[in-house]
Amino acid sequence: MAKTPSQEAKTGWLLISPPAIYAVLLLAAPLATVLIYSVMTGGRGVVGLPFTLQNFTDLVQKPVYLSVMQRSLLVSLLVTLTTVVLAYPIAYFVSFHVSPSKKALWLFLITIPFWTSYVIRVSLWRTILGYNGIVDSSLIGLGLTDEPVNILSNGITSMIITLAHAYAPFAVLPIFVSLEKVDRSLLEAGQDLGESRLMTFIRVTLPLSMPGVIAAVLIVFIPTVGDYVTPELIGGGKVPLIANMIETQMLKLQNRPVGSAIAVAAMLVVGIVSVVFVLLNRRFIGGSK
Amino acid sequence: MKRSPILGAYAVAYLLFLYGPILILPLFAFNDSRIVAFPLSGFTTQWFGEMWADANLRKALGNSLIIALSTATISTALGIFAARSSVRYRWPGKAVVMGMIMVPLVLPEMIVAMALLVVLLTIGVPLSIFTIILGHVLICMPFAVAILTSAFQSLDKSLEEAALDLGETQISTFQLIVLPLVMPGILSAFLITFTISIDEFIIANFLGKGDPILSVYIFGQFRFPAKVPSMLALGTLLVLFSICMLAIAEYFRRRGIAKTGGKDSGGFL
Repeated sequence: MAKTPSQEAKTGWLLISPPAIYAVLLLAAPLATVLIYSVMTGGRGVVGLPFTLQNFTDLVQKPVYLSVMQRSLLVSLLVTLTTVVLAYPIAYFVSFHVSPSKKALWLFLITIPFWTSYVIRVSLWRTILGYNGIVDSSLIGLGLTDEPVNILSNGITSMIITLAHAYAPFAVLPIFVSLEKVDRSLLEAGQDLGESRLMTFIRVTLPLSMPGVIAAVLIVFIPTVGDYVTPELIGGGKVPLIANMIETQMLKLQNRPVGSAIAVAAMLVVGIVSVVFVLLNRRFIGGSK
Repeated sequence: MKRSPILGAYAVAYLLFLYGPILILPLFAFNDSRIVAFPLSGFTTQWFGEMWADANLRKALGNSLIIALSTATISTALGIFAARSSVRYRWPGKAVVMGMIMVPLVLPEMIVAMALLVVLLTIGVPLSIFTIILGHVLICMPFAVAILTSAFQSLDKSLEEAALDLGETQISTFQLIVLPLVMPGILSAFLITFTISIDEFIIANFLGKGDPILSVYIFGQFRFPAKVPSMLALGTLLVLFSICMLAIAEYFRRRGIAKTGGKDSGGFL
């Protein structure tokens, strides 16, 4: 019943066409539209010619846009750093210190919070960190402070805590997968040759697990740049990030070219940061089996 | 196994951080005070009653269920096509097409939602529950494809070939052999996409026409301190529901792997 390659390709194409057509119509075409809108002129609901790069030069020159872009990038980078640094030890723990039969259970435990409503989790952080909220009332109850701390009033800190919590499983899983692939005999060899535990970790385990760390960084960094709910609920709209600025331009001001330009610029910046990061770490990728 | 008390303690602290907010839900959902702060003041089920008495909330729940059921059905069906095609057949351009289907996984959701919204408004499609479903299918499909790909991958090709040799047609082979074996994967994909859709906020918020949707409704209500306790009650139920769905999905996924004789390689992601 062996099929010729062309027949096989035909069947494959036939099968893939419904999801592929769906993705082309509802994803590729809209993204292309945004790309085209970003170099057009308009405002107040109208989009028209001529083509222009004005929208992009505005983004770089006007402090309103630039400060939001910088803040978004800063928040995302801090969230990524926090999340990945906190996630590494737990991934290491599950990979090296948990018996194989219990690993699946641990991973399941780590991923469950991710599957519960994002809006509810973010809103909960609001009640936890807010003025006279759970943190404040606990600290006062324990006699550690007299005044409410009101962490929520510091928008950036609260956003970092909330996002680091939300993206934790995304960071743990790829690091865990790469740690699982580390050949355990290499570690024994290192120690047999007189290296300390710590040096073995730094010189063998860490470099071999870098592909997972790189994946974790990208998986956390990319979506956090576009996060909408957290700045809206935690920052109370006072510390807008890129996603909120896109909303303002697209819907409130009805300026689709500028809104599109911000979206495109955000994707570009994310793309460039990701590529640079991967290039900086390229010696770690593909080096291990 | 090596024992490391420091790492062990860290792991426990990390789990507490992960579960902290979720544990707070039931604690304050049953707490007899409108103010969400320590010390706890007594046990009550008042907030659950208040929550259920809210007609808007019931309407939002109804809308969300319609959206989630439609989304799960369509994205799982499309996922079956994509997974079957990419696992079983070789065809040119696979990397590009599969990449395009999977890309919503890594694209900021706001950008997906805004791009879709701009196009819908430009061509004049009125926003409704239907447009929310369109958007949800787009972001749920990659999850369905990922789960179903691993289900189809653990399928032994020789079983199909045997059925074909014994005179079954392509279609009857798919019905008799392939479908039953990947059924656990299909159920698991359905449950996961259902859960994602019911929790999703950005698309539900921007692609709808203002009909109450559960996640959007919760987002709005949390702004009013007086409404927070009944939202915590609702949250408690939703989290319980999500965990049940996940546990069932995980059960089916494992049964699927056991059925096809594969090796368990961990969670969904």
